[in-house]
Amino acid sequence: MSRKTLELWVGCFVALGFAAILFLALKVGNLSAANFAETYQVSAKFANIGGLKVRAPVKSAGVVVGRVSEIYFDAQTYEAVAVLTLDNRYHFPKDTFALILTAGLLGEQYIGLDPGGDEKMLAAGDTIAKTQSAVVLEKLISQFMFNKASEGPGNN
Amino acid sequence: MADEERQPSALIGVLLTLGHIVTSALQRLGYATRFLIMLLRWSGQSFRRLHLTIREIYFSGFQSLLIIMVSGLFIGMVLGMQGYDTLQRYGSAEALGVLVALSLVRELGPVVAALLFASRAGSSITAEIGLMKTTEQLMAMDMMAVNPIARVVAPRFWGGVLSMPLLAALFSATGVFGGYLIGVVFIGVDNGAFWSQMQASVDFRYDVWSGIVKSFVFGIAVSLIAVFEGYDAEPTAEGVSSSIKSTVVKSALAILALDFVLTSFMFREAG
Amino acid sequence: MPTENLVEIKDLDFAYEDRPILQGISLDIPRGKVVAMMGGSGCGKTTLLRLIGGQLRPSRGQIRVDGQSVPALNAEELYALRRRMGMLFQFGALFTDISVFDNVAYQMREHTDLSEEIIRDMVLMKLNAVGLRGAHALMPAELSGGMARRVALARAIALDPMLIMYDEPFAGLDPISLGIIGQLIRQLNDALGATTIMVTHDIQESLHIVDYIYFMSGGKIVALGTPDEIRASTHPFVHQFVHAQADGPVPFHYPAKALAQEMLGGGSHGG
Repeated sequence: MSRKTLELWVGCFVALGFAAILFLALKVGNLSAANFAETYQVSAKFANIGGLKVRAPVKSAGVVVGRVSEIYFDAQTYEAVAVLTLDNRYHFPKDTFALILTAGLLGEQYIGLDPGGDEKMLAAGDTIAKTQSAVVLEKLISQFMFNKASEGPGNN
Repeated sequence: MADEERQPSALIGVLLTLGHIVTSALQRLGYATRFLIMLLRWSGQSFRRLHLTIREIYFSGFQSLLIIMVSGLFIGMVLGMQGYDTLQRYGSAEALGVLVALSLVRELGPVVAALLFASRAGSSITAEIGLMKTTEQLMAMDMMAVNPIARVVAPRFWGGVLSMPLLAALFSATGVFGGYLIGVVFIGVDNGAFWSQMQASVDFRYDVWSGIVKSFVFGIAVSLIAVFEGYDAEPTAEGVSSSIKSTVVKSALAILALDFVLTSFMFREAG
Repeated sequence: MPTENLVEIKDLDFAYEDRPILQGISLDIPRGKVVAMMGGSGCGKTTLLRLIGGQLRPSRGQIRVDGQSVPALNAEELYALRRRMGMLFQFGALFTDISVFDNVAYQMREHTDLSEEIIRDMVLMKLNAVGLRGAHALMPAELSGGMARRVALARAIALDPMLIMYDEPFAGLDPISLGIIGQLIRQLNDALGATTIMVTHDIQESLHIVDYIYFMSGGKIVALGTPDEIRASTHPFVHQFVHAQADGPVPFHYPAKALAQEMLGGGSHGG
C-alpha cells in the first residue's frame, strides 16, 4: 500500500465523514442560514409562564422568527421574564402582543407574536408590554366551576 | 471447635480479596494515567510526521466503514419498523422521522459505532501492539534509539480519536436513511412530514453536536484502552489474546458508563 | 581519553520484584574483543545485556560504557549512546510490516541525513556482508530462521556500532546456519573494529570464535578465562557444561523424595 494510495483512501474517508456530519446538521437538524444570522433580544413579562421552556420557538403567523433564550423570575415584580432572541430580519411594532400558546392539544408551548399597529419598532433590549400568560388548566377548571356556581340553580 | 475458628478467617479472606481487587484496580488506573501522560508527551511526532497517523486512520477508520455503515443501515431500518409500529397506534406515524433521527443522533450513533469500533479496530490495535511486544520489535526499536511510544503507540491512539466522530456521523446518517427507506419507501409514511418534522425537532446544537461530542469522548476512551492493553500485554500468545479480550470488554463498559455520565450532563431538561 | 575496556561493570546487583537475579557481578569487556557470557537458562545473562543497554536499572553497582555511567544518563543521552550500539535479538525481531531492505535502512533513515542513493549502497553492502544482498526485496515473513537472523545482524551493524550485543545468536539454527553466524560474528567484529558481547549457551561454536568467556550460574560469575583455560577448567560447573554431562552441579533430577520411598509410599498408607 503506497503512501499515495493510503492518503487517497483516508481523504475519501474523511470527506465522507464530513459529508455525513453536514447531512445530519442540515437535512436532519435545523441548522440553516437563520441560525447564523444576526439576532437581537427583547424581553416579555408574564404572570404565569406555564410549561414554556428555553429553546421553545417564537412564532408569528405560524412562522418561526426566533427562540426563547432565557427564562427567569423577577423578584421585584414577582413576574416571570422570558428573553426572546429574534432574527434580525424581522422587526415588530412596539405594541405587539406576546402570547403563550400550545402547539396542538397536548403539544409543547411556544410564544406567539401578534403584531400591533405602532409605527415605532421594538429595538434590542426593549420589553414587550402586552402579554398574555399561559392558560393553566387548574385555574380554568376553578373558573368554570365558579361561573357555574354563580349562575345558580334554575337554568335547567 | 475447628469450624468456629474457620468462619472468621473466611470472612477475612473475602475482605482481603476485596481489598486486593480494589488496590490492584487503583494501581492499574494510576499506571494507565501515567501511560496517558507519556502518550501525550510523545504525541508530537504523530502530527509532525503526519503519514504515521494517516496510516492509522486508514486501518482504524476507513477499514471500519463497511461494518459501521451496514450496521447503521440495519439499525435505522429496525428503528423505522419498530417506531412505526408504536407510533401509528397513537396516530402519530408522521413523527417517525423525529423518532429515528433523535434516537440515532443522540444515542445509538455514538454508542453503537463506538462499540463496533472497539471490537473491530480496537482489538486489532491491541493485537498489533501486543504482537510487536511479543516478538521484541518494540524493544528492538528502543535499542535503535527510536521511541516506540512516539512511533508505534501514539499514532494509533490519534488515528482512533480522529476516526471515531466521523464513523459515528456516518452511522447516524446511514441509519436515518435506513429509517427513511422503511418508513417512507416501504410503509408509506408521508415523505414531507417525515423530513419536516425531523428538521423541526432535531436541534443542531442540542442533539447533533452533543452526539459529536459524545463520539469524540468515546473515541478517546476506546483508543486509549486499546493501545494501553496492547502495550501492557504479557509477551506471550496467551497474554496477547487475553489483552484483546480485555480491550473489548473494558471498552464496552467504558462506553456505556461514559454515555450515562455524558447524557445526564447534556440532556437535562432546562427550565 | 579512551579506556582500555569498553564496558566496565563493578559490584552489580539487580533484583526483579524482590527476587535477586544478579549479585555482585564485576567484569570488564576489553575493546576489540569478542566476549561470551555463558551459563544455564535463567542465570541472568540476558538481564546483563539489558542492563548494559540501559533498558534496566541496577539496584546497586556501576555500569560504564565507553566511560559513561549508563544508569546516570537521561533519555536523550541514552539514545545517543544506543546509536553507537547494535543489538541482535534472539529471533531477529525484524519489523514484520516492512521489507528486508527497509529493515536494514531503518536506522540510517532515522538517525542520519544521508540521501537515498547512499543509503541504498550502504544497505546492499551490509546485506552483502551477511550474504543476503539478493534477498533485499523480500518481506521478513518470507525468510527462514537463519536468514532472518542474518538480516537482523545486518540491521544491527547498519551504523557501524562500537559495541555489538548478541542475545542467543545460535538458538534454534541448523548446523550450516550455526557455522555461518559464528563466522560472521567474528569477521564483522574484526572488520568493524568493534567490541562484541555474546550471550549464549552454545559451547562448541563459541569456543571457536571468542577471545574470553565469563561463566555465570545463579546470578554470579563462577568462572572466567580464555577458551583454552575454560576447556581445561576443573571447576565442576564449567566441567559439566563444557563436556555436556547429564549430572553434576546442575542436577539431573528435579528435587523429589527418594525413589524407593515414593514407590513404596502407596503401600504404607493402605489398610
